[in-house]
Amino acid sequence: MSLSLLFAIILALAMVGYLLGRANASGLKTAGKNLHSIPAYHGYYIALWCGLPAFLLVLVWLAAQSTVVDQLLLAGLPSHMTEGATPARISLVLGEIKNVAAGRVFGTPTQAVLDAAARYQSLKDTASLALIACTLAAAVGGLAFARSRLSPDFRARNKVDGILRWLLIVCSILAILTTIGIILSLVIESLVFFARVPVTEFLFGMNWSPQTPIRADQVASTGAFGAVPVFWGTIFISAIAMFVAIPVGLFSAIYLVEYADKKVRSVVKPLLEILAGIPTIVYGFFAVLTVAPFIREFGMSLGLDVASNSALAAGGVMGIMIIPFISSFSDDAITAVPQSMRDGAYALGATKAETIRQVLLPAALPGIVGGVLLAVSRAIGETMIVVMAAGLTATLTANPLEGVTTVTVQIVTLLIGDTEFDSPKTLAAFGLGLVLFISTLVLNIAALQVVKRYRERYE
Amino acid sequence: MTTLDTTEASGMIMNKTAEDAGTLAKAATSARAGNETKIAATNVSVFYGEKQALFDVSIDIPARQVMAFIGPSGCGKSTFLRCINRMNDTIDICSVTGTIEIDGANIYDPKIDPVLLRARVGMVFQKPNPFPKSIYDNIAYGPRIHGVAKNGSAMDQIVETSLSRAGLWNEVKDRLHEPGTGLSGGQQQRLCIARAIAVNPDVILMDEPCSALDPIATAKVEELIDELREQYTIVIVTHSMQQAARVSQKAAFFHLGKLIEVDETEKMFTNPTDQRTQDYITGRFG
Repeated sequence: MSLSLLFAIILALAMVGYLLGRANASGLKTAGKNLHSIPAYHGYYIALWCGLPAFLLVLVWLAAQSTVVDQLLLAGLPSHMTEGATPARISLVLGEIKNVAAGRVFGTPTQAVLDAAARYQSLKDTASLALIACTLAAAVGGLAFARSRLSPDFRARNKVDGILRWLLIVCSILAILTTIGIILSLVIESLVFFARVPVTEFLFGMNWSPQTPIRADQVASTGAFGAVPVFWGTIFISAIAMFVAIPVGLFSAIYLVEYADKKVRSVVKPLLEILAGIPTIVYGFFAVLTVAPFIREFGMSLGLDVASNSALAAGGVMGIMIIPFISSFSDDAITAVPQSMRDGAYALGATKAETIRQVLLPAALPGIVGGVLLAVSRAIGETMIVVMAAGLTATLTANPLEGVTTVTVQIVTLLIGDTEFDSPKTLAAFGLGLVLFISTLVLNIAALQVVKRYRERYE
Repeated sequence: MTTLDTTEASGMIMNKTAEDAGTLAKAATSARAGNETKIAATNVSVFYGEKQALFDVSIDIPARQVMAFIGPSGCGKSTFLRCINRMNDTIDICSVTGTIEIDGANIYDPKIDPVLLRARVGMVFQKPNPFPKSIYDNIAYGPRIHGVAKNGSAMDQIVETSLSRAGLWNEVKDRLHEPGTGLSGGQQQRLCIARAIAVNPDVILMDEPCSALDPIATAKVEELIDELREQYTIVIVTHSMQQAARVSQKAAFFHLGKLIEVDETEKMFTNPTDQRTQDYITGRFG
């Protein structure tokens, strides 16, 4: 029986439980009993008791099944196959057995393997049968248990509320646990990396060339992990992006809030927000195929030497991507300034521009700064545009016409292709990722703090 | 500061546009002339889009007195007040017909720049609205944008004079560079009055200036209004009949967008001519 069929059966049982509970309660009601909860809650109570335990059982079972089956399989193998073998060797043997069991036979497997494969198959069949039996038992048991508790005085409504509360708690815990898991894996792998490359060299070294020889006889650079040029590239490209995005975003927000009439606003604002909906890969090839050649030719015509992957192209296009970010944050911030501020300035004989410059912008500044910080953290973490449009060589330069590389680009190149998880080259990606994570985290927290403080001001 | 200084300072503001200079000279003479009509409105109607909010209001407002506008909510008194400094211009759908003359010059004349008009006709709002700047900068804002004074001792003088006249100087002189939003509600409202005085207006419009204040702060602001009347023409919108009786010399009663009655405050409160005024004052509606 397939898993989806099993879920369908659980669902059907839960629905039956719901109908039973409701019918039962309605019966009590027509019999003149005074019910604590309306009949539907009796139904929900049974349905939840029927469906939830069974569903959780399936999840736990599936998570545990392969480990348990593997252990049983290993215990039954002839001792010469398992004794003294490394974990890698054992997983190889298990893989072979499973392949044979699935019918993918390469070469001639030994008799022991064939036996094991047969046993594996039977173990798996038993396991799935047991799963179905246990699940159905849980569902029916839950149904019967819940049904037995129903009575006119039973507080089904409160109980259902309680169960739902737990369900919500579990969901939020899942999200938090995932985050913690990601952070832990970043930190642990980074620690392995920093055991090989000193932190100080990574953070302050000026030379980045992570290609290390894979075999001893290979001729390659010895590997240098000074990440300063990479950090610089990220900062440089983000700075160019902000240089484009802040004025354009802010000014368009001012226009939309203070000058545009309703009709213009209702057209321009959604158009501006379309920019935010364009996939970054599209921005990426726009940068590579349109902007970069344009800058290159324009630079050449002026007699400048322009790299084909210039920081200017990547940063400029990234800036365009960020415009809606800044404009919508500034828009909110300026709109939030009370009308009484405008009235106060106008009543003193201020012109519109004076009011905006001297009253509205200072009052909206915290909100605007918050938006800019969030935009910066977005720019730092942006990957696709720079992978396509920025260069790969880590150069420490302040010339926007040269190519630079960024943290995200380096992570991508380090992890693409053949990787082995014990070489510093691969592990360096985790070091970079950790730095990236910490810096965007700090920026986000700072931004939220700023925005929060500004919200308190006018309420 | 004498009356002469006041008119000279507003002259500096008005001189920005040559065509207004003549008007100003006229203003100066009539202001000195004493108790005569400062603002004359003729057949003023206001429309918000299709909806008419004010119907053919004609009224003369005397110089250097306090004129109170009273009437139930939505009767158009605030709308009319906002016509006098053309604040209604900032609302897109609002249109005004008729004429309002200040010192004989129609403020709805296309030649008049509303921005300069508002420097002559100051306004204080219902809720105190100090800018999120220091107390000093709140006062200095108006003089600065009109180029009356640069920073330095001249500006310090203006700030001190304005705050003193608003009766706030002693309370804030030691913390001029703290934010104006940190003051109490009553202090904020007096700061807003000081801010309006700082640009040396002829007229000060007040739109329910005490409705957000407690009784003690209200008493202080009313006292201030009474003092300011010596130098400025004041028009105040109020919901409180007692307040109108306390601070104003003349009163105008508005009802459903129409001006019903204008008279000496004392007479209107003791012996109104119109039945509706009588009903409103005695608390039968509104």
